[in-house]
Amino acid sequence: MSELENLEAFETDGSGNGESLTVEAAIANLSGTDLGQRYYAAWWLGRFRVSTPAAVDALIATLSDESDLTPDGGYPLRRNSARALGKLGDVRAVPGLIACLDCTDFYVREAAAQSLGMLGDRAAVPKLIQLLAGGLEAAQPIPGCPHLAQPYDAILEALGALGAAEAFSSIEPFLQHPTELVQYSAARALYQLTQDPVYGDRLIAGLKNDKLQLRRSALSDLGAIGYLPAAEAIAQTHAENSLKLISLKGLLEHQIDRSPFERLSEGAIRVMALMDDLL
Amino acid sequence: MTVNQAQALIRAVEEADSSSRLLEAVQHLSAARVTAAIPTLIAALGYNNPGAAVAAVDGLILIGEPAVVPLLELLDGYNYGARAWAIRALAGIGDPRGLDTLLDAAKNDFALSVRRAAARGLGKIRWEELPSEQIQPAQERSLEVLVQVSQDPEWVVRYAAITGLQELAKSLILSHIDSALQILAHFDRRVEEEDNLAAIARIWLAQKEIQDYTKEILNSQGDETVSTLDIDWQATLEKLYARKRREEPLREGDPRKFRELAAAICSAIA
Repeated sequence: MSELENLEAFETDGSGNGESLTVEAAIANLSGTDLGQRYYAAWWLGRFRVSTPAAVDALIATLSDESDLTPDGGYPLRRNSARALGKLGDVRAVPGLIACLDCTDFYVREAAAQSLGMLGDRAAVPKLIQLLAGGLEAAQPIPGCPHLAQPYDAILEALGALGAAEAFSSIEPFLQHPTELVQYSAARALYQLTQDPVYGDRLIAGLKNDKLQLRRSALSDLGAIGYLPAAEAIAQTHAENSLKLISLKGLLEHQIDRSPFERLSEGAIRVMALMDDLL
Repeated sequence: MTVNQAQALIRAVEEADSSSRLLEAVQHLSAARVTAAIPTLIAALGYNNPGAAVAAVDGLILIGEPAVVPLLELLDGYNYGARAWAIRALAGIGDPRGLDTLLDAAKNDFALSVRRAAARGLGKIRWEELPSEQIQPAQERSLEVLVQVSQDPEWVVRYAAITGLQELAKSLILSHIDSALQILAHFDRRVEEEDNLAAIARIWLAQKEIQDYTKEILNSQGDETVSTLDIDWQATLEKLYARKRREEPLREGDPRKFRELAAAICSAIA
């Protein structure tokens, strides 16, 4: 949901936001002594897509940082660096991110799984499948814990994005997970692996869920898989127009990608008509 | 609808005691499409209930023209929460009295959802409702602002500006062909510079819609049929200019007027 950051919740222009940095200063701050500045610099490099080799190297180096550790065992800098590296598109980050999947901090594992899905390097597939071992039984909610044992939704989505067909049987049970968000992630991944409308339709059903947060999630998933039969349901679901527009943009881009020799396919025109009405 | 029925719908909004009841009551009141509902619907824009606000915007657009002045008055006030919704309603109504507000919002509002709604609205202005001497300057100002907004940092605002430019080009194609052509040239440049695939696709669609509309104008008046798949703008423009000349009354001293006179005299003599 990276693009969400740019929308309603954070409407102000990013360039006018917070401390303004230069690329050189951000890279220098990453290895400085001020923990606050290091944390901010990692976020800043990702936000402004600074993908120079020096920036990527500096971020990779912080993935094993030990200095920024919270009392409850969190690694804030590692989390931000892992998130930033996903946005920078440099596959040199893949080994470091795979190592992060073993980190003791759940949120570092989550950020690493998301970024590995974005970087598109299949080297991460075996390790991601391994994290699903134990299936549904290991993935039950833990009383008193705000998250599951593993960041299952991020792992499932990454496997879908990486086209890991060999993960099908590991993913499939998660359609029955007690948490709807995890079910949606499984449906999204399975659609990407099989193009079977059963899974896309499962997400369309999610657009009718009573909970706004789940409808938003289904919007994001449908946009990510570019599922054209969902277009009208997306336009009609009860959620913010901005989120519907992002979801439909995913459908539109998918239509263009799949018919590169036809500028305006029937599907693309249909989606744009819906988008126009949501502006 | 009787006055009593309208009053009952208004009371239902005022007395709603949960957000889902409020939403339902605003939907019913909006569907009634009565001017008496305007103050209540405008108040609903400020309740911080997005569902109710969407329904109220729909209702105000349905009511249309009578809602414009109250909406503009609201925008003069200090209710920032309701501002974005009021802009959306004005954009949907298309009344030219909202033009200055939409121009300012499209260019300067900090919220991208407001900029995008305003840019879309600039394409929906009903120009014919302006005094005739004000139409061209107003369209020129909108063109200038939309060209600028079509380079906004946010893709969805650029996308909205493209829809606005598309509609503006269609309004201009017969009255000010040069301005319409300026929009087409701008699209050609933007499609090269644009890096967002959705915005690029929307430019393609805008180009096609303008072409289709132009063909429709030419074909409907018995001009030569324009059938080439890829329209030749040079030739098409010649035809549009010819069409425009035919529609303009001939000025005093125009040689064509003299020709008609000469022809009439000749036929009278013969």
